[in-house]
Amino acid sequence: MKKKKGNIVTFFILLAAFAILIAFTTGPIVKGIKLGLDLQGGFEVLYQVKPAKEGQKIDKETLNSTVQALNNRINVLGVSEPNIQIEGKDRIRVQLAGVKDQNEARKILSTQANLTFRDVNDNVLLDGSDLKGGGAKVGYDQANRPIVTLKLKDANKFAQVTKKVKDMGPGKNLLVIWLDFEKGDSYKKEAAKKKPKFISAPRVDEVLNTKDVQITGDFTLKEAQNLADILNAGSLPVKLSEKYSTSVGAKFGQEALHDTLFASFIGVAVIYLFMLFYYRFPGFIAIITLTIYTWLILVLFYAMGAVLTLPGIAALVLGIGMAVDANIITYERIKDEMRSGKSVMSAFKAGNRRSFTTIFDANITTILAAAVLFAFGTSSVKGFALVLIISVLASFLTAVYGTRIFLGLWVKSRVLDKKPGYFGVKERDIREL
Amino acid sequence: MNFKYDFVHHRKIFFMFSAIITIAGILCLFIFKLNLGLDFSSGTRVQITSDHRLNDIDIKNDFEKMGLKPESVVLSGAKDNIASVSFKGVLSKEEIAKVKEQYGDKNTNANTVDPMIGRELARNALFAVLIASIGIIIYVSIRFEWLMALASIIALLHDAFMIIAIFSILRLEVDLTFVAAVLTIVGYSINDTIVVFDRIRENMKLSKVKTSEQLAKVINDSILQTFTRSINTVLTVVIAALALLIFGSESIRNFSIALLIGLVFGAYSSICIASQVWFVWKSKQMKKQKLKPATNKA
Repeated sequence: MKKKKGNIVTFFILLAAFAILIAFTTGPIVKGIKLGLDLQGGFEVLYQVKPAKEGQKIDKETLNSTVQALNNRINVLGVSEPNIQIEGKDRIRVQLAGVKDQNEARKILSTQANLTFRDVNDNVLLDGSDLKGGGAKVGYDQANRPIVTLKLKDANKFAQVTKKVKDMGPGKNLLVIWLDFEKGDSYKKEAAKKKPKFISAPRVDEVLNTKDVQITGDFTLKEAQNLADILNAGSLPVKLSEKYSTSVGAKFGQEALHDTLFASFIGVAVIYLFMLFYYRFPGFIAIITLTIYTWLILVLFYAMGAVLTLPGIAALVLGIGMAVDANIITYERIKDEMRSGKSVMSAFKAGNRRSFTTIFDANITTILAAAVLFAFGTSSVKGFALVLIISVLASFLTAVYGTRIFLGLWVKSRVLDKKPGYFGVKERDIREL
Repeated sequence: MNFKYDFVHHRKIFFMFSAIITIAGILCLFIFKLNLGLDFSSGTRVQITSDHRLNDIDIKNDFEKMGLKPESVVLSGAKDNIASVSFKGVLSKEEIAKVKEQYGDKNTNANTVDPMIGRELARNALFAVLIASIGIIIYVSIRFEWLMALASIIALLHDAFMIIAIFSILRLEVDLTFVAAVLTIVGYSINDTIVVFDRIRENMKLSKVKTSEQLAKVINDSILQTFTRSINTVLTVVIAALALLIFGSESIRNFSIALLIGLVFGAYSSICIASQVWFVWKSKQMKKQKLKPATNKA
């Protein structure tokens, strides 16, 4: 039989093309993959969304606007790419990577930022709806203490309010400024305390006909800045109560990532050696398809914006193990066919054909299970199921079609003819037809 | 394959072996329960704020001197000046007072942690696996037959339970990653079993099986034909899991152990349990059909 060297040339061109593609894209892709909290450190809170007012309904719209408001606030914290998810009917999960001060983050996230101006009897005189959006700024008073300045929509209304307060008489002519006034709070209760809950209670001695309001609290510069930012980001339409929170130190995360990646490299290297040793030439092809598989997984992860977590990496390494299975099934079939006396060419064809249904049924069953887990699972179960579906699909593509193409080119070139040793088949095991 | 082994004939040994671990596991679960981590059992989190850099080892030692055993110490803050110390169980008032004495009342903040979320996740995972099992039964019943579907689910639940049982027996801690490990094994186990059933299906088409002896032969041949594949596949995934166990980070140690247990039992169940369960049911079904030849012909 004439040897067709053209196929081998095609093989090396394909190989080179993939090698270049992988070499140049892997770096940026790996850098672009979002890491979970457990890998880069950070802070996660799960909030239960509760109505801010009585009779308020928590529906999809309120949840979405809450997420929007949270997103604006996280910008205040300066965290890049926060992960905010709505879970179930009334929960919101916020994941912030790289947050340094968790208490500050908590405070900024969960304050409703409902600014109210009240009289000493707690009657509302002005609220957030009277503020001009984005008008909060930090300034300094004469004593160079930080203050927050606000812009009102209507100067007239402020004049009325200040008149009303002024008329309440000495000792009672106070305009009490509250952030997140809650049921049960009262000026009388707080006024006696050393650190009252309200921000401040300035005395009003004259009618003020102005749009500009200053809040002089006992602020540090940072507190003043945060208050202004929160007011600008907008108030939350709901009340958030913390259900669960967890934090991971960044140092711990980096070490974990480093160790797990190192372990993954070792695992993959040993698998490669095993395949090469046991399956010889097809094992070499398997290394190519498995490498493409790993790369494809990373590309898919990147494209979908999925978040990689520690169990996720472990699942990926395991996914390589499962991808190896598809190769093993195919090669074992090819070896069986060769032992029964078939030529390399027909053993390759029969082996591919007969292993296909096996791999197909086994993979479809796994995907089916993963799809159900994805549909019915929550948070990490869902994430896990997604990784599983991606890896099974990618392993099916690369193991089945990768083998057909790469090994096929060599088989068709006929250089492997009558060389069963290249497939790890011993001559004496071959039965004569 | 050059060696021969009668997998079907020795089924009672396999069943016995699995039954012993299952019973031991159930007993252990009832008596000692699972060693639940903070994700699943209520605990206390103490937050300590300091004006200088903290060191997690020092803090751990401090607590141990007070007779408390922290589960974890996580540092945060701009200068690593905040420490979150987690404990299993709710600390008593006296214990919290001791901690406050050590670090100062103002700098210490103790909270009880609610395990609700972890519990919910585990419950949800269990529920999802049960629904997935129904899906698998339907698919395998269509592509193979319903007895194989049931047998593969038995193998799947067997493997998942083995991990839980062994974790209970060895008193290893169960956290959220454990759920992920069990789910991985569910996916792996079904994959592994289907490959063996696929070969049985193929060989059943080639030979006309009438007696249970013939059935046993087909099953034995199928297991032997797929044996190299079964061993090589489990070997490669075990290599991966072992690498994670030995070189991986401490935080996924129990995850890797769970995977390892599951993988070994997954391979074992697809070779020694699934086909044998199917054999018992199938030969019963064949006997029934022989007694009623009329329905068989129809």
